[in-house]
Amino acid sequence: MDSMTIIIAVSIITAGLTISIGGYGPSRGEADALTKAIETIGRQPESANEITRLLFVGMAMVESVAIYSLVIALIILFANPLLSYVVK
Amino acid sequence: MINQVFPEVVLTFEIMGMEVIVTDTVVTTWGIMMVLALLSFFITKNLSVSNPSKRQLLAERVVIAIRDTLQTSVRIMPWALVPFIGTIWIFVGVMNLVSLIPYFHNPTRDLSTTAALAVITFFSIHYYGIRFGGLRNYLKRYIEPSVFLLPFNLFGEFSRIFAMAIRLFGNMLSWELIIAILIALAGLLVPVPLILLSIVGDLLHAYLFGLLTYIFIIGGLQAEHIESSQENKHG
Repeated sequence: MDSMTIIIAVSIITAGLTISIGGYGPSRGEADALTKAIETIGRQPESANEITRLLFVGMAMVESVAIYSLVIALIILFANPLLSYVVK
Repeated sequence: MINQVFPEVVLTFEIMGMEVIVTDTVVTTWGIMMVLALLSFFITKNLSVSNPSKRQLLAERVVIAIRDTLQTSVRIMPWALVPFIGTIWIFVGVMNLVSLIPYFHNPTRDLSTTAALAVITFFSIHYYGIRFGGLRNYLKRYIEPSVFLLPFNLFGEFSRIFAMAIRLFGNMLSWELIIAILIALAGLLVPVPLILLSIVGDLLHAYLFGLLTYIFIIGGLQAEHIESSQENKHG
């Protein structure tokens, strides 16, 4: 087993772990935010527009945390900086 | 198939021994800039107060819509910031929606584009902070609530900007990747619902970029600063 095989195998496992752990937290948080927004709209239907706008903006910001882990996973998979030490 | 998503080099040339690489994002961005500039030039060519044409009514409607959107977010008169934020919204929105045209890709899926936009945001925060609030108010922002938090405030200043750049870049790249993977796996017509869904995400992130810039600029200011700086026009 040469060093390149080890790097590639560890990279694939790490990318999977990165996107799974990094996706768990934000999805949990977004579900909480959605629950609260639906409850609030049920209590106060007249403020539905404002709550929807704030919900979308907040969700996009929370979702960016998951996107960061996606970016790191993509870097590991497609543009691995460590492979240049092995492949001349 | 997947590698088509990432930016590809269109041409390379040498200037004074330095190699200059032009990717397709540069070409697309300059095309969009030229189209928007020509459109704005022809729409605003002969404006009149007494008998406005249909073009002028359209342009006024767009400007008023931008003004109203800014006003509902933060309850002050945002006339001084309408040109800047409106330009960001229109430009980034068009850049995010270009990928709907076949053979075109979003310029914002390249980290260079979003980093450049974030640099504009970074300098605008400090420029408007000094111009509206004065230098003393601007510097006071960094030592609140106490002097010991100065390094954290400076670090936060930079990390916000990095987060903005990576947020836009990652979202746009992830949409294009999802569509490319589905085309590679399933075929021609399967990605169409996701392309429709991607329109929502594109517009939402363009809106978010402009709104975050606006909130960062407004963040350290009080309402009377901004209102007093624009009493000379618009009323």
